[in-house]
Amino acid sequence: MSDTVIKVENLSKQYRLGEVGTGTLSHDLNRWWARLRGKEDPFLKIGETNDREQKGNSDYVWALRDINFEVQQGEVLGIIGRNGAGKSTLLKILSKTTAPTTGKIKVKGRIASLLEVGTGFHPEMTGRENIFLNGAILGMTKKEIQKKFDEIVDFAGVERYVDTPVKRYSSGMYVRLAFAVAAFLEPEILIVDEVLAVGDAEFQKKCLGRMKDVSVNDGRTVLFVSHNMGTISQLCNKTVLLGKGQLVTYDKTTSVIGTYLMMGKSMLSNKYTFPSKNFSKEYYFVEIFTINQNGEETDQFGFDDSIFIICSIKANSKHPNVKIGFNILNSLGNYVSTSIIDLNYENQISESVYRYKIKIQPSILAPNTYMFRFAIFLLNDKIFDLVENECQIKINDTGTQFASFEGTDYGNVILDYHWEFFKL
Amino acid sequence: MAKAIVQLTVFLTDRFLFCIPFFLMSTIVIPGQHTDKWDLVIEPRSSLFDLRLQEVWRYRDLLLMLVKRDFVATYKQTILGPIWFFIQPLLTTLTYIVIFGNIAKLSTDGLPMTLFYLCGIILWNYFSECLNKTATVFKDNANIFGKVYFPRLVMPLSIVVSNLVRFSIQLALLLGFWIYYLLKGANIHPNWLILLSPYLVLLMAVIALGAGMIITAMTTKYRDLVFLLTFGIQLFMYATPVIYPMSAVSKKWGWLIKSNPLSSLVETFRYAFTGSGQFSWGALAYSSVFALALLFFGAIVFNKVEKNFMDTV
Repeated sequence: MSDTVIKVENLSKQYRLGEVGTGTLSHDLNRWWARLRGKEDPFLKIGETNDREQKGNSDYVWALRDINFEVQQGEVLGIIGRNGAGKSTLLKILSKTTAPTTGKIKVKGRIASLLEVGTGFHPEMTGRENIFLNGAILGMTKKEIQKKFDEIVDFAGVERYVDTPVKRYSSGMYVRLAFAVAAFLEPEILIVDEVLAVGDAEFQKKCLGRMKDVSVNDGRTVLFVSHNMGTISQLCNKTVLLGKGQLVTYDKTTSVIGTYLMMGKSMLSNKYTFPSKNFSKEYYFVEIFTINQNGEETDQFGFDDSIFIICSIKANSKHPNVKIGFNILNSLGNYVSTSIIDLNYENQISESVYRYKIKIQPSILAPNTYMFRFAIFLLNDKIFDLVENECQIKINDTGTQFASFEGTDYGNVILDYHWEFFKL
Repeated sequence: MAKAIVQLTVFLTDRFLFCIPFFLMSTIVIPGQHTDKWDLVIEPRSSLFDLRLQEVWRYRDLLLMLVKRDFVATYKQTILGPIWFFIQPLLTTLTYIVIFGNIAKLSTDGLPMTLFYLCGIILWNYFSECLNKTATVFKDNANIFGKVYFPRLVMPLSIVVSNLVRFSIQLALLLGFWIYYLLKGANIHPNWLILLSPYLVLLMAVIALGAGMIITAMTTKYRDLVFLLTFGIQLFMYATPVIYPMSAVSKKWGWLIKSNPLSSLVETFRYAFTGSGQFSWGALAYSSVFALALLFFGAIVFNKVEKNFMDTV
C-alpha cells in the first residue's frame, strides 16, 4: 500500500531578521506596491541561506529553501538536522501554524501535531476538564474524547487526581496527562517533535510503544523530529536530513544518519585541537588524536589493531579530585563504553601540559565508525572542558565472523564467547 | 475556395461550441469537491473570501469548551462565585448615580436612576468586554496559536459567547430591578419591542466582533493602535447614550450621536424595557447594515492575517 499522503513541493519559507519597527514599514509598503502592480515580491530575491554562524548582508534569510519530498501512508518519517536546519519551520508549516512563503504541501487526511504537549492546559481547571479542553484544541469532538476518556486517564496514570486542578499536579503528572491526550488522537498523520524527552524512563518506553503501535497497527503516518539518533533509528524507516534550510538527503534511516554524523566533519581531520578562545579555562584539552601501534596518526584501524588515543591537557590551576573521562560513542551517538581516571593532585603544576596515551585493546570494538567524548571535571560539581563527538575513527573489518553482516546492526562490541556443545 | 472557408468556419464554430460547456464546467468550482484527490493544500495565501466556515462548525465543541473554561476559570476558588458578576455593574451604577445623576444632574428621561443607568451599563459592558478581548486575540493567544492549528475564528467567537453568559447573568439583575419598579408602579411602560432585545444584543456582539477582528489583525505587526484602544472605547461610550438619554442631546451634536451605530441599540434597548427614549426603524436598519458590513470586512481581514501572524506578532 504505497499511497502518497504528504507531498511537499518546492517549499520555501523566508524570515526577516531584526526587530519590527519603522524600517519594516517601508519594506511592507514596497512589497504591497509590487503586489498591486502584479509583480513579484522584491524581497524574495535577496534572501540568504540560513547560516547562523556567519554574518550576512541581507535582513532576510531562507529558513527553508526548495524542499521536495513525499511521504507514504503508514510510514514513520524521521526528520533530523542540526539546530537551525529548518526542522521546526517545516513542522510549523505542516501543522498550519504558519504559511509557507512559496511552494505548497498537499496532504491527504487529518494532521495533528504534538509540537508541545499541554498546549491550552489551564492550571485552574481539573484534569478531567483539561482533557476535554485539550482534546478539543487538538481537534477532537466531545464524543470522541468521551469514548477515549478512560483510556487516556489510564495511560497517564493519574486516576486519583482526575478531579483536582492541574496546578496541583507534579510536573511529571502534568506532562503525562498532556501526552496521553495527544497520544489518543486519531488523525491520519501525526507530527511529533521531541516530546519524548520528558517523563521517566518507563513513561518514555510507553510513548515509543504507542507511537509504533499507531504506525504499524493503525496504518497511520508519523513525522518524528528528534536529536536522538537512537530513537530515530528505532522508530523510522525513512529519514529526511535538513541542513541550513535545504534538503540534504532523503533515504533509508541508517544511511541518512551516517551522512548526518559525517556532516561538518568531512573537512576536518580526526584530530581535535583546542579553539583559541578557550584560553581562560582552568583546565582544557589542547589536542586529542588517534595513532596506530606504529605511532602514525590515523583514523583508520583494523579490527585486530590496537587503538591509541593521545590526549593533551593544559592546567591553569590546581584542584584536588579532578577527573578525566572519555566515552566511546557509536554512529548513532549512543555510549558504548566509558573510562575515567584521576588527574593526580601531587603532580599538578599550574601552567603545564600533561599528555596521556590511552590504549584500547584490539578485537573488541566491532567494525563501524566511532567517536569520542572527552571531559575534564569535578565529580558532581563542574565540568572544566567538554569535547563532544570528535576524533571519528573507523574500524574496518579484517575478517571477523560478521564480515558478511556488514551494514546490519549486530552490536558494538565483539566479545569472546565460548559455546559448549552437548548431545542429549 | 469559398466552400472551403465555409467548411472551415463551420468546423471551427462547431469545435468552439463543443468546448463551451467544458470551459464553463471548469470555471465552476464546487466547494468541498477538489479537482484532485488531496484533502488539504497548504499554500502561501488563499482566496480572500475563503472563510472556511464549515471548519469552524466542525470545531464547535472547542468553542463550547473555551466558553466553559472562561467561565470556570474566572470564579474558581471564590465562595460567592458568579455572584461577583452582579457586584461590578451594581457598583458602576452606584457611581453613576452619585456623579452623573446627583452631582452633574444629567437627565434620565424621568426614569428611576438605577434602572436607567443599569440598562445602559450592562449593554455597554458587554460591548466593551467583547471588543477589548477580541481586539487583542492574536497577541493574547500567540502561545497557543503558535503550536496548534484550529480555525482561528473560534477564538473571537468564544469570547463573544462567553461574554454573553456574563451578560445574561447581569440581565437577570436588571430584570430584578425592573420587576421591582414595575410592581412599585414607577413611570415605566414596557412594550412589545422587548422581543427585539435579543437582536439588539446580537448586533452589539457583531459590531464588537467585527471591530475587534479588524483591530487585532492590524496590531499583530505594528502595535501602535493598541494604545488608542482603551482610550478609544472610553471615548466611544460618551458618544453613545449610556449615561444620558438621546432626548438630552442638543440639535448641534445630534448627528454625531446618531451616526454612532451603537446609539440606536442602547436607546432601543432602554425604550423597549421602559417606554421612554427614542426608537426608529431607520436607525435600527442603519445599525444592522453597519454591523453586517463590519463583520464581513473584519472576517476577511482576520482570515488574511491569521495564516502568517505568528511570524510577526
